[in-house]
Parts: sequence; structure tokens; C-alpha cells
Amino acid sequence: MYRYDEFDHAVVAARVDEFSSQVARRLSGELTEEQFRPLRLMNGVYLQLHAYMLRVAIPYGQLSSRQLRMLAHIARTYDKGYGHFTTRQNIQYNWPQLCDIPAALADLASVEMHAIQTSGNCIRNTTSDPFAGVAADEVTDPRPWAEIIRQWSTIHPEFTYLPRKFKIAISAGEEDRAAVAFHDIGIRIVRNDAGEIGFKVLVGGGMGRTPRVGRVITEFLNPTELLGYLESILRVYNLHGRRDNKYKARIKILVDALGIDEFRRQVEVEWAHLRGSEVEVPASEIERIHSYFVPRELPARPEAPAEFLAARQQNAAFARWVDANIINHRVPGYAGVTITLKPAGGIPGDVTADEMDAIADLADRFGFSELRATKDQNLVLPSVAQEDLLPLWQELVSLSLAEGNHGLINDMITCPGLDYCALANARSIPLAQEISTRFADLERQANIGPLTLNISGCINACGHHHVANIGILGVDKHGDEAYQLVIGGDARDSAAVAQISGPGYSQEKIVDAVETTVNTYLAQRTGAEETFIETFRRIGLAPFKEALNAAR
Amino acid sequence: MPLVKKTAEGVELIPTAWTRLAEGDALPDSGAVLVPLSLWLEQRDTLRQRAEPVGVWLASNTDTAFAAWGEALAGDLLGLPVVAIDFPVFGDGRGYSIAALLRQRHGYRGELRAIGNVLVDQVSAMVRVGFDGFEVAEGTRLELLEQAWSRFPAVYQTATDGRETIWQRRAAFAAAKGTGA
Repeated sequence: MYRYDEFDHAVVAARVDEFSSQVARRLSGELTEEQFRPLRLMNGVYLQLHAYMLRVAIPYGQLSSRQLRMLAHIARTYDKGYGHFTTRQNIQYNWPQLCDIPAALADLASVEMHAIQTSGNCIRNTTSDPFAGVAADEVTDPRPWAEIIRQWSTIHPEFTYLPRKFKIAISAGEEDRAAVAFHDIGIRIVRNDAGEIGFKVLVGGGMGRTPRVGRVITEFLNPTELLGYLESILRVYNLHGRRDNKYKARIKILVDALGIDEFRRQVEVEWAHLRGSEVEVPASEIERIHSYFVPRELPARPEAPAEFLAARQQNAAFARWVDANIINHRVPGYAGVTITLKPAGGIPGDVTADEMDAIADLADRFGFSELRATKDQNLVLPSVAQEDLLPLWQELVSLSLAEGNHGLINDMITCPGLDYCALANARSIPLAQEISTRFADLERQANIGPLTLNISGCINACGHHHVANIGILGVDKHGDEAYQLVIGGDARDSAAVAQISGPGYSQEKIVDAVETTVNTYLAQRTGAEETFIETFRRIGLAPFKEALNAAR
Repeated sequence: MPLVKKTAEGVELIPTAWTRLAEGDALPDSGAVLVPLSLWLEQRDTLRQRAEPVGVWLASNTDTAFAAWGEALAGDLLGLPVVAIDFPVFGDGRGYSIAALLRQRHGYRGELRAIGNVLVDQVSAMVRVGFDGFEVAEGTRLELLEQAWSRFPAVYQTATDGRETIWQRRAAFAAAKGTGA
């Protein structure tokens, strides 16, 4: 993985100094809350319902065990002993004191971590495929490019006061595991007919109040011209994005207003000046950054070892975990492992400091000390020998983190909701707990098959309800928490925005409505091999609506 | 509000009292004036005759295609001693792109002044895109400004200030190593 050099260290250290002095000026009253607000936001500090919240960046989701232990230390020292992994591969802490945050940031800097631009109207943490570098289906490793984007976007002088936040994702797998179509800029690394690698760039995707699938602005961009192209898009957006209404300020609204063709034309006018200019990353730097991501020489381990196969035969729980939580690795004899942070009845994405330490130990023992955070609020050990899967799983069982539910109904994405968030209309966490308790039976989950269920506590859609097969949106109905059910979303290359199923539900009824939706699918599917989203695409919304209305 | 200028040594107060005219304001008989772009485009021949300095201020929604400006930009505006860009609120970041375009694309060399709602904490980025004059709030501690623009010992992006970037420094280091220097 990437390691900081003296320059990277110097930038982060200077930022910690700067923010420490800003906190001091806020505490002394020299800065007003209004003046301090954008400064704290671009350093990851929110003011929530009950306390400040600190969001720490995990660039493109990549973590070492040493860094995870530091995240545990932060949780223990400055918070209430736990953290919450987010949909942007970050982690947030819900209870820090403002006066402690400079010390927390200094601790993070000691392990090459920071909270820079995890909030605010600037370029946020760039996200990527959690299996980048190990997936068997990828064109090339997207992480060097994600790291180049991280460096370029860090404290960018021209793009720090954008009309609104700006999110970039990049992925290179045959399957998109980074939801790039739902980002302000989404980059898919592709190979052309000549065998060259290039970037297909989407722009103006997003969720929130106005869900949009990103529109293709270029089918094939030469990688060495990436930054001139990104600067051109950002400059057009910075100058012309709406600033009169924050709900219409994202780039997707500008792309809607101009149309993708006119937007592309404006970008190309700018690009004529910036293309190939000194804003591009030098070739030697591209090479230097790539050198940190050269695939590790993995020791030879047996492929499909007998002991592993036997355990899979004999142990149903282990077999379920292997079926759901393992991905093919580019190296035979190895696997990529997802540790879902979604125990039945638990809080999706929450992990205690002790659990973080224990998972870091497992990464050291079984996974070359390497981890990833995922947009689905899980953790990944990207390289585990197949021989080690059984002992790893046994350790996870003792931590109650061994449920084989990755990609199944209980692997929910959930925002913090009204339990923490100042924007929320409704609680998300208790609902997620109720649903995962209802569907706790793993055999039932496996029978339902691949299905995404996401919950947002308000229209801002942090819980990604728009792209869920079954999405739940918390709304305020005359002062009461109510929930809308949406169906048919998809975050992958076959991207789609979910459709509203009908009138909303009370807190008491929404879980039943989820169950009705699932049962409708089970009754309608042609067989176990037809997934929920495939059935939905074949039969449409009407049968679901009908069943839901009949059950009201 | 105090005006300050970034110099090679640090920071200096600008003693000149500049009067900023709003759209529709009458031109005072004497004194340094910052006029809105519309007034400049209308009366630039008269304005050029004034004994005391004249600058133009640009609104944050200025058309940066500059097409509408015609010769006014190329011929005259670029020769002005001061071009100011207004920040109606500190979060309106259009001025950063306008500044970069004026400096990099149009080669403006005079003082580029940030006016309006300018926070000390923004000047490090403002200096990078090409500003060198700042209208700051009454009572601003000048040492905070000096700290702000020397805050980052290294930067990643190429910008108007021409600072050698981290990438260039690494590339130079790699080249030197490659040749055994």
C-alpha cells in the first residue's frame, strides 16, 4: 500500500497545526461559529444532535492493521469506545470533545491518516473497489489512480469552496463494486480494442433529493490526461454550479440544466487549455505511486485444500459464510474475505475498539496485515489463504462477526439517522435492528439470495436507499416518524434508481411491508437462480404494489 | 476595512483609501476608486483621464468566458493597477477560478485583490490562485495572515503562484538519482 514520504507527512502535519490554531481561536471566541463552520467541516468535524462528530478518511478504503489499531485507540481515548464505518469507506466517531480533536488528529497523522476534506463543499475522500488489487476480474489496479486523485485533491486551492460537496469514485473490476454511477465523477477503468487502458468517465450521478445515474462524458480518456480533464470539469462546475439553493447545487443539477452535450462542450473548451499542461501528474510520479501497489508475492498455498473442502461439506454455517463472504482472488489458493459488520440485531457498521483490535490481530495472522473498509459498511481481508479460511472463521465466530450474510438481506446499509444526525427525520438504526432480527435465520437469508436493503433517515440519502433493491426512507409525517418503501434500485453497472411503492408506513408496519415485498419476490421468481432485481425487472413494480396494498 | 498586500517580505498595509463604487453610484471627484465592471466598460475613456488610481472590481458571477468583454479585457483591464474580485459570502468560491483565469489565461500582472467577505483562513488558498491584495476585517491580526500564507511547506497542485510542487520536487529528486548526481 501507499506510504507517506516526507512531503505527505509535512502536508498533513501542517494541516493539523492549522486546524489546532483554528480550534483555539474558536474556543477563545476569536472565530464565530459561522466562520468556524466551513473550517471544521473540511477537517471532518460536524456538529450533530448531541455532540460533535469526527469523520476520519480511509483513502479508497485501504487500511493497515496498525492503522486499524489507531482507530481503536481513537475510539477508546477520545470517544465512547466505538466507531461507525460509513458508505464512503470512512469511519466516524460520534462523541468527541472539540478540544480533544487536535490531539486525535495528531495521533492519526502518526499512522499516515487524517480527516482532511471528509466533509465540506470540497472534493471528498475518493472511493474505490474494496477488492482493488486482488479481484480476479479487474482490468488493472485502480488504487494508484485513486492515490493520485487523493494527492491532487488534497487542499486544492481552487476547489475548496465549491457550490456543494464533490465525490469521486474509481473502479476497475468487470463488476463495479464502487457504485461509480452514483458519484459526482465516476471513473471506470476499461481496456480498448487496442488493449490500452483508459478511463470511461461519468459525471453528475448522485443520490440525495434528486437521484441521478451518472452520464457518460467521455468513453475513453488517456490516463496521463486525467488531471487536466478533472480540473476542467471542476472549473466549469465551480463557476457555473448553482449557489442560490443548496439543494440544487450539486453538479448533477448543472448537468441536468445544460444537458450532457452542452456540459461536455464547456468542459472541452476548458480542456483545450488544460490538456497536457503542467497540471498533469508527471510520468515519474505515476511510476513512483504505482510502485507502492505492485502485487505482493504471495507464498504458494494449496488450491481448494482437502481440509477446507471437508469443513465446507460438514459445517453448514461455515459453508454459508464461504458461499456469501468469499470472493475469487487473482492468485490461486487465496480468497478475498468480507467481515460483515451486520450481526442480527446489531447496528450496521458499528465496531467497538476491542473488536477493531481483534480484527487487526486477525489481519496480522491471516491477511498480511492488510484490510479494506467497504461502501457497504463492512471490512475486508483482501488476501487470505484458502487453507486459513476455517481457522479465520472460527476466530470470527468467537467475536460474533462470522455471519455469512454478505450481499444478503441483513447486509444492510444504514445511516446514523435520528439517533445521532441533526438532519434526520426518522431513526434508521432501530429499524435496521428490527429487520435483521426478523430475518436472522441465515438459511432463510440464503434462500432469498442476493438482495440489497438500505435505510436512510431522511431525503439526503446517506443510507443509499435510492440504489437498494428494497430501500427505506425515513420521513416526517406530522411530527411522527414514518417510512417510505422504494423498490428496484441497483448500484452496479446496471444502475437504476428505486421506485416508490405507494403510501408510507408507520414504524410498526414497515417491517411487515419489507416481508411482504420479499414474499412477493419469492412467489414470483422463476427459480432460486433468479435474483430479486432480475425478478423485479421482469415483472415490474405492479405485482409488488398490489401485494403491499392488499396487506395494508 | 484594512487593505493588505502580500510582499516578498511578508505583509504590508496599503495606505491608499480606495472607494468602492456599487452599481449606479456616482463617480467622486477625486480619490482612488474601484469601479464595477459595467461602469468601466461604459466610461473607460473618461476613467483613464483620472489623476488618481482606478481599479475595476468583478462580481463573483462575472462571465469568465470573457467573450462579452471584447477588447476591454485585452486592451485595458489587463493594464490596470488593481483588479478586485468580490466575495459576497466567504463560501462563494467562484472568485478562486476567476482569479486563476485572469492570471494564467489572460496574463494579468497587476494587483489582484480579494474584497468583500474574506477570512484570514482563506488567504493561503487565495495566494495560490493569484491574489496578492486582501480586504480583511477590522481588527484582523496581521501575523495570522503571515502564518496563513506560509502555512503549507509543500503543495501538491500546480497553481498560479508557481510554487514548485511536491510532484515536481519528487521528479527532480528521481532524475538526480537516475543520473547519479
